Amino acid sequence: MSLATARKLRSSLAMAACVASAALGIAALTIILGALLWNGFSSLNLAVFTQMTPPPGAAGGLLNAIVGSLIMTVLGVAIGAPLGLFAGTYMAEYGRYSRVTAVVRFINDILLSAPSIVIGLFVYEITVLQMGHFSAYAGALALSLLVVPVVVRTTEDMLNLVPGSLREAATALGLPRSLIIRHVAYKAARAGLITGLLLAVARVSGETAPLLFTALNNQFWSTNLNAPMSSLPVVIFQFAMSPYKDWQNLAWAGALLITAAVLALSITARILGAQKTSK
Amino acid sequence: MTEAVLSDHVKAGGARARALKGFKLGDVAFHVVTKSSAIAVLLLLGGVIVSLIHGSAPALGQFGFAFLTSQAWNPVTEQFGAAPAIYGTLVTSFLALLIAAPMGFGIAVFLTELCPHVLRRPIGVAIELLAGIPSIIYGIWGMFILAPVLQATLQPWLIAGFADVPVLNDLFAGPPYGIGIATASIILAIMILPLIASISRDVFETVPPVLKEAAYGIGCTKWEVMRSIVAPYTGVGLVGGVMLALGRALGETMAVTFVIGNAHKIHASILGPGTTISATIANEFTEADGAMYTSSLIALGLVLFIITFFVLAASRLLLARIKRQEGR
Amino acid sequence: MNENSVPSDGPLVADAGAYAALASGAKSEKMSIRKLDFFYGDNRALKSVNVPLYDRRVTAFIGPSGCGKSTLLRVLNRMYDLYPGQRAEGEVLLDGENVLDPRLDLNALRARVGMVFQKPTPFPMTIYENIAFGVRLYEKLSKTEMDERVERALRGAAIWDEVKDKLNASGLSLSGGQQQRLCIARTVAIQPEVILFDEPCSALDPISTAKIEELIDELRLDYTIAIVTHNMQQAVRVSQHTAFMYLGEMVEFGETDQIFTAPKEPRTQDYITGRFG
Repeated sequence: MSLATARKLRSSLAMAACVASAALGIAALTIILGALLWNGFSSLNLAVFTQMTPPPGAAGGLLNAIVGSLIMTVLGVAIGAPLGLFAGTYMAEYGRYSRVTAVVRFINDILLSAPSIVIGLFVYEITVLQMGHFSAYAGALALSLLVVPVVVRTTEDMLNLVPGSLREAATALGLPRSLIIRHVAYKAARAGLITGLLLAVARVSGETAPLLFTALNNQFWSTNLNAPMSSLPVVIFQFAMSPYKDWQNLAWAGALLITAAVLALSITARILGAQKTSK
Repeated sequence: MTEAVLSDHVKAGGARARALKGFKLGDVAFHVVTKSSAIAVLLLLGGVIVSLIHGSAPALGQFGFAFLTSQAWNPVTEQFGAAPAIYGTLVTSFLALLIAAPMGFGIAVFLTELCPHVLRRPIGVAIELLAGIPSIIYGIWGMFILAPVLQATLQPWLIAGFADVPVLNDLFAGPPYGIGIATASIILAIMILPLIASISRDVFETVPPVLKEAAYGIGCTKWEVMRSIVAPYTGVGLVGGVMLALGRALGETMAVTFVIGNAHKIHASILGPGTTISATIANEFTEADGAMYTSSLIALGLVLFIITFFVLAASRLLLARIKRQEGR
Repeated sequence: MNENSVPSDGPLVADAGAYAALASGAKSEKMSIRKLDFFYGDNRALKSVNVPLYDRRVTAFIGPSGCGKSTLLRVLNRMYDLYPGQRAEGEVLLDGENVLDPRLDLNALRARVGMVFQKPTPFPMTIYENIAFGVRLYEKLSKTEMDERVERALRGAAIWDEVKDKLNASGLSLSGGQQQRLCIARTVAIQPEVILFDEPCSALDPISTAKIEELIDELRLDYTIAIVTHNMQQAVRVSQHTAFMYLGEMVEFGETDQIFTAPKEPRTQDYITGRFG
């Protein structure tokens, strides 16, 4: 075999391996989604949305878990998003060239991927231990701490994309910095900022680990923020690990709901982001 | 128009001075609020570290350095050691990388070099979307679907196939549980695959086209271009991406907890059940009675946080380097 | 150079007197740049520049790229303050007050010294809001007063007829030339005393350029104007005074006619005859 043929063969083999890994990877992910759709849809029915989580061996729904998830996610985003927005604003505007920004960016990037269960432990220490009981407040706080790094990151990135000429033009009118930021920069970056928010919601709406020992779980209907509260991911965790068929089915239904919500959020975010860049 | 302008100047002067004075306070307030928020992010990290140290102090005080090396995990006698959990965390993550890194690179090469242009965006987007699917989904899929399949097929085959090969027969020793270290590693691998693939693709795209064209120009094959031009050029970024995925894998909780088996024991066989730090905390924290038990679990969290902190820090530094290279 | 026959209060003087003075060719210095040095880090971009901006006259700054003419403009409203590592030394007087004074209220300065940029920079808001936004910050106006002000500004920038039916459309929906005139209207609306134009036509087509030049000529009646331009013909068309800069130095300053017909400096001659730059 000539050298040229050998080289060509080696290249073809390597490229075939790449195609194979792509096929395998995509197949694995398709199978997961397929199983989720199959099991999820076959367990999905009206009762899922109208009834409470059942005791073992009985039929029921996920209403309290769905509502609990919504409450804690909204609360968590309401706490975390402003903090992240302001921090990102400082990094892109006032502190663009400062050392503080470089340090915060580095730390924030680490927090972005830090184990969420550790955030859960942290919140357990500072709230549950102090208050003496699990609560939806603690769960929302844990989620908010996961929202912060996502929002910080996107806010900084999006504000950095706002053309400097726009900032200069506003400055040339004699506008104070804070007004330029709030009325011009935020407006110009609006689509991107909303994208960041949606991504943050997507990120926390599937989070389980930090809720396990902050909000705990609650088999019954509860909107009391000062008491344990049920959430979809925690219910999925508990029900899937159980030996009861009814519970397992509900776990699949819940998993489908969460995945659908997360995908819908990320796709919306992506479309918004694409509009932004195409302009 | 001229007269109006002139008189407006006079009128505007006073009003403007007043207005500007009014802004001063708001301006300073907004600056302070945003800066405090940025500082709060730093404090958040500090707070996490301090609270973990505080919470784990009793356990670390009691067991000392042996906490890291002891295999004991006995709530009744209140003897706790982190070795099996640390071992499980490292082994599952390492195995997951072993599977996912080459595949991720392969997918990235496929997306940047081989895939027809029409499919590039949809497949790329699909992979990025999959990276956002909550890990609990991977977990229950692993428990209900993957584990039984592995138990019935791959595991017995591995056990039988390597029964007579030294070393490997210890690594693949029966019985086939289905769940265990190996299954958890596979789930983790599938979970971090989209992450590695999309980062590697981004990194590959930083290579200036002229560089590749020059190599093709002297007659290099695709493989030679990837190996000799693209890989060296992007090496730092690829390692950074893999480290980021490693960071995720180390701290991953829900994908692992379902299928790890929760056994505080170090088995030679990777098919056997084990545990990881995060799975231990997730499974046992709410049931932990006794201060020492809780404190030991928090100490586990501290160990995990320290490990992931350094891995993620290294990853960010490496990825920042490739970003600078691109900007040059 | 300093024929101070009129007090340097600019717009505040009685109309008749000021116009009489203008008509007679007397001129007062609205801004005076004295011994100005400018640094980007260690790089000295302006070298002891001296130049006056006469009240209600157009002064053009010409010179090859990188000669410091845009830099000079950005000193006049302290725009460089936005960026670290940039500093100016010397004196820039606006009605006798030093603009470089660190204690100066920058917002007040910039409200007095407006600026129009190379590329049109409409804010991401409606056409109406683009104008009203700045005005509203400084003055409490009723709806009717604000409508009037917006209309006057748009008329002043010769764009009213083109946009009066779509004031609620986005500023970004206008053409490049219209956007630039909108930006001029926005600047005019907050009633500055000096307007700085930084190559305002370089991104525009010839027709839009002609409109802007016409507009600058009209604005001269009310404002002191400085314009940086690459285009020597434009300098001849719109300005009364011209400053030629080269490598951060002010080579020659004089009446526009004189600079383009009888330059005193050989470097000016070389540039305007196209021998370099």
